[in-house]
Amino acid sequence: MTTPRTLFDKIWDAHVVERLPDGTAILYIDRHLIHEVTTPQAFEGLRAAGRKVRRPEATLAVVDHNVPTDSTRFTGIEEPESALQVATLERNVKAFGVPYIPLDDPRQGIVHVIGPELGLSQPGMTIVCGDSHTSTHGALGALAFGIGTSEVEHVLATQTLLQKPAKNMRITVDGTLGFGCSAKDIVLAIIGRIGTAGGTGHVIEYAGEAIRALDMAGRMTVCNMSIEAGARAGMIAPDETTFAYLKGRPFAPKGEAWEKALAYWRTLPSDPGARFDREVRLDAAGIAPMVTWGTNPEAVVPITGRVPDPAEEPDPAKRAQMQRMLDYMGLAPGAPLAGTPVDVVFIGSCTNSRIEDIRAAAAVARGRRVAEGVRALVVPGSGLVKKQAEEEGLDRVLKEAGFEWREAGCSMCLGMNPDKLKPGQRCASTSNRNFEGRQGPGGRTHLLSPAMAAAAAVTGRLVDVREMAR
Amino acid sequence: MEPITRFEGLAAPLALDNVDTDQIIPARFLRKPRDADYQRWLFHDLRFAPDGSPLPGFVLNRPPFDAATILVAGRNFGVGSSREAAVYALQAFGIRAVIAESFGDIHYSNALKNGLLPIRLPPERVRALREAAEGGGLRLTVDLERCVVASPDGAEDPFAVPAFARDCLLRGLDEIGLTLTHLPEIEAFEARHAV
Repeated sequence: MTTPRTLFDKIWDAHVVERLPDGTAILYIDRHLIHEVTTPQAFEGLRAAGRKVRRPEATLAVVDHNVPTDSTRFTGIEEPESALQVATLERNVKAFGVPYIPLDDPRQGIVHVIGPELGLSQPGMTIVCGDSHTSTHGALGALAFGIGTSEVEHVLATQTLLQKPAKNMRITVDGTLGFGCSAKDIVLAIIGRIGTAGGTGHVIEYAGEAIRALDMAGRMTVCNMSIEAGARAGMIAPDETTFAYLKGRPFAPKGEAWEKALAYWRTLPSDPGARFDREVRLDAAGIAPMVTWGTNPEAVVPITGRVPDPAEEPDPAKRAQMQRMLDYMGLAPGAPLAGTPVDVVFIGSCTNSRIEDIRAAAAVARGRRVAEGVRALVVPGSGLVKKQAEEEGLDRVLKEAGFEWREAGCSMCLGMNPDKLKPGQRCASTSNRNFEGRQGPGGRTHLLSPAMAAAAAVTGRLVDVREMAR
Repeated sequence: MEPITRFEGLAAPLALDNVDTDQIIPARFLRKPRDADYQRWLFHDLRFAPDGSPLPGFVLNRPPFDAATILVAGRNFGVGSSREAAVYALQAFGIRAVIAESFGDIHYSNALKNGLLPIRLPPERVRALREAAEGGGLRLTVDLERCVVASPDGAEDPFAVPAFARDCLLRGLDEIGLTLTHLPEIEAFEARHAV
């Protein structure tokens, strides 16, 4: 009898080209997504060594990080450094024959939104991208992880990576999620529990009733923030929800190939008795809408909670870090999170910019108005998400409520395009990182779900969305 | 890449946990060319006031630490984004090794690929080295052949580096070139692995 294997083990084993003496594997990569920020040096390296892109057809390029999300993007990017980075990618994909989705293509969007949306990301695949949120694609039952620029060059040149196998970790979320709670609250609760280094060295498999009950957008939200828990990859076993999502997408297998793929995909879930190096269990019923109060994602509490008091922290190093976070965030120890006024609301990013996220925001915004003095942006994850939202009339609901309805891109997640916070501004954000200066120097970020973000927009403060629906 | 075997340098203490790559180099500088000014983006928002003046409180702005080549940090260094620019910025400043209790996985791997040594040591040793570095006179020797960090008092801290990566660094090997020597195996794999 063969040893029971995890989902990760199975995908890993199926992609090992060769094992080197110290256990490092030459791992075959099925899909390589690239964008403008982390590739210029990789292409330069190829040029310097006289190398080609080994499998251009397994590669797809898109621009997302630098692009403005207003109409100025169609008349030429004003910021010269951003324009140069976009032009450099365009020159490189042309020179190396890599398929590219340009800015004016309706399919353009955030790399981690368009991969699944186009059906490029599939169960059982190895998927990499020079971006840490590549973990998102693990929601399809793929092994997907972020890589640096040297590794981007390695994949371009060889279609493989040199990797050591990760350890297996399983996070099981039992039970049913309460009213007003979403996938974002699950993953923030997980990070709050295990910490930002809790998954270091591991691949996390998310399991349990509450995970199975999530739609694909929710699963992508959970896997997306695996890196915020320290894990390079997160994954969810493919099931009927996965297959229904994929079927008919442009790059999904068709006809006989679909049936064959389906038969393979059904063999992927972890075997009963498969060994995990670490197991964590949470009860979904115990999860409330979550909000971060500090400058890393483990500094998170339920919206019903209070800002922690550093005086109660026994470890001096942790106490100093807590105090530093409170100073940066402009929050008082022991203050309730609910009621904290916000200046800006950002609904978007590779974590929460899919049609389901926009529906959740619109459901709260419907018939309400963005509070006086608050700037609220909704940034769809792709041109196709934008189109669908407009077909459903969600753009109208949001615009009538006073939200800005933008073009697709990374936008205010990371402060490298025109959408950024001013120093001292406080933002309720559906993105993934609340690091100091992440949304712009001096900006203060509170991470939360799309429904909670919309609730903050219409009340002008952090608020428990469950109270608004009652 | 130049082979790395052994080097000696001044250690600077950075008593912060969870230093994320957005702190090491904020995203807005990811568009900057890797020229002579690149070191300026390292820890930019911690090192410089909004008007561009250096903040005297930040360790790397204070002599002799402005000439440090070894950084002694805390727990979970380089967490967050996959930006290899975090490694480029550290190297542009002159940093050749970072000693910490733990590292973000992607940053750890990026550092090794560029010959910036990420050295994991036990918490009590990291703390001891950081405290010893505070006076500004701690010169450490990093020996990759023996995998030890040697202190002037004779103490030696062993550290682990993945054998393959270590071999590449010691010999200055090009990993892509090395992988391409396995091209027949890659082609054979592709022939049986239909996607």
